[in-house]
Amino acid sequence: MGKTIIDKIWEKHVVHQEEGEPDLIYIDLHLVHEVTSPQAFSGLRMKKRRVRQPERTFATMDHNVPTVNRYKIDDPVALNQMTTLEKNCLEFGIPLAGMDSPEQGIVHVIGPELGLTQPGMTIVCGDSHTSTHGALGAIAFGIGTSEVEHVLATQTLWQTKPKTLKIEINGQLRKGVTSKDVILYILSKHGVNFGQGHVIEYCGEVIKRMSMEERMTICNMSIEGGARAGLISPDETTFSYLEGRKHTPKGEAFKKTVMQWRELASDDDAGFDRTIMIDANVITPMVSWGTNPSMTSGIKDSIPYLKDCKNELEQKSLERAIDYMGLKEGQKIADIEIQHVFIGSCTNSRLEDLRQAAEMVKGKNVHPTVRALVVPGSQQVKKEAESEGLDVIFQKAGFEWRESGCSMCLSMNNDIVPSGERCASTSNRNFEGRQGTGARTHLVSPVMAAAAALYGRFVDVSEKVSVEAL
Amino acid sequence: MSGFRTIVGKAVAMDRANVDTDQIIPKQFLKRIEKTGFGQYLFYDWRYTKEGEENPDFELNQPKNQSASILIANENFGCGSSREHAPWALSDYGFKVVIAPSFADIFHQNCLKNGMLPLKLQAEEVAYLIEKAQNQPYHLTIDLEKETVTDNNGFLASFPITAYWKRMLLNGWDEIEITLQLDEKIAQFERSRAVIS
Ligand code: SF4
Repeated sequence: MGKTIIDKIWEKHVVHQEEGEPDLIYIDLHLVHEVTSPQAFSGLRMKKRRVRQPERTFATMDHNVPTVNRYKIDDPVALNQMTTLEKNCLEFGIPLAGMDSPEQGIVHVIGPELGLTQPGMTIVCGDSHTSTHGALGAIAFGIGTSEVEHVLATQTLWQTKPKTLKIEINGQLRKGVTSKDVILYILSKHGVNFGQGHVIEYCGEVIKRMSMEERMTICNMSIEGGARAGLISPDETTFSYLEGRKHTPKGEAFKKTVMQWRELASDDDAGFDRTIMIDANVITPMVSWGTNPSMTSGIKDSIPYLKDCKNELEQKSLERAIDYMGLKEGQKIADIEIQHVFIGSCTNSRLEDLRQAAEMVKGKNVHPTVRALVVPGSQQVKKEAESEGLDVIFQKAGFEWRESGCSMCLSMNNDIVPSGERCASTSNRNFEGRQGTGARTHLVSPVMAAAAALYGRFVDVSEKVSVEAL
Repeated sequence: MSGFRTIVGKAVAMDRANVDTDQIIPKQFLKRIEKTGFGQYLFYDWRYTKEGEENPDFELNQPKNQSASILIANENFGCGSSREHAPWALSDYGFKVVIAPSFADIFHQNCLKNGMLPLKLQAEEVAYLIEKAQNQPYHLTIDLEKETVTDNNGFLASFPITAYWKRMLLNGWDEIEITLQLDEKIAQFERSRAVIS
């Protein structure tokens, strides 16, 4: 039987192995941000330990940063966290894309963008959406702060080899249906913990045809299904995306490296612990209506009825969720009115996302009762978008055009949705209070968010609106 | 961290599934750079009303549940963000054990690293414990050596734990210290693949 890409990468990274014990695996790239690292650095300092491989470590600030007046940080506690990262990077010799760097951005946007993320790597970060980097054919997963400290000190982690889960997506996506809808659809069908203990490999015709950025959106939300990581075997799309990026090999060296990367793809006869098949033809634009990402339905559907729940626990969860969200059972998704739109986050803040949203709003106006924000994922995305004039399109339509950061995805800075109000958001989590205490989040694709901004409610972009860009 | 063998304590039931780390410790409290002091913010949005008063309906606020050290919840506890502030807040509040039918992977790992026990029991066992703890002050004993949970009334369940974590927790070992003993092996690994693409 052949090997999966997961087996292949794992085997290459085992430093130490004993029967019945977790493996000690080597970590190729460790990404660091301001929120989950300070206690790790304090730990090192207390024990007089060094960072084993500063050049395999890369830091940025993203969670706390303001997206207007970016150098003016009002909250002294947040400011302290950011300056602490600067001090730690300086003291331990770690490269940092700080506030004044043209490379600053959301950690999961800049990794691939700078070519730090590469096929075959093991990548960790003190952040659950590290799964994003798997789109380039790496095993990439989120860790806690104790593990951040462990990786800083040893460049390794004790890990039990995860199980493997293949999700094969075949068929043809309808017009207006994006990779965000695909992953929301998978979550709506399989729940928020189907992936526990597994690394997912996404494959099939639909994945093959997707761009690198679309693949990142899917891998990003693997953690929403409880998976340890999600990845995609590298192919020509991956290689051409990586060519010429700052940290990828150049010229002949690149060609040689590509030859090695080609070997990584799962063998045709590779065996997986589990397989899920998805038919892309049935997927419609999706909108989440509850308080976890599996509480999602197609735009034409309605909020489920309590009487249709499988058991009492599910019924209680549904009751709590629609109560928090201020919705009623049986209510039509298309009737939900929204007051805020957030286009951004490590799920959907890359250039293609912004292009699609811009295409939708070009020459039109944001609904008078809606406040809409575009937050590019990185300084580089922002610059490229501006060079294409996307900022002008958005601003003319009535959107605010912001500086890069996590922003309203988790609202650690000043970008907050007020209590009781609704936001159509391109981010990845609709947990209670995620976008502000009492805020109500609806997860959607960039083009669905853009359309919602124009209409003040959710509309089916696959029919009501012309979407030439899709 | 010091090692331990048994934990005896009062249990509180939280009959909810998919409790995410955003609820355990909301983001506005993640800006601090210390590991301690997070207990006061545990379950903040559930524990306090908008006016900042204690919410009397919330499980942890009920008089019979005061000074509980064992939390019993439903499936997929600790899903969402990787923030280790979640186990820090639970343990700072006084919890030493969380019992559930299943846990999110990263949270599970984060608990163990902080000497807190995430105990996975069968769904029926958890349902039994929840019912007991909902109705009366209820005490449990966890024996790490024997891998069992017992009450004073004949309940007995065993929980799975890897040999690795059992050893670490019984002895209170520092994981980094153990790994650093393999320093030469790591260096050898690094030399063996001079360039990693
Ligand atoms: S954009 Fe949101 S999900 Fe992504 S790293 Fe930032 S806070 Fe986390």
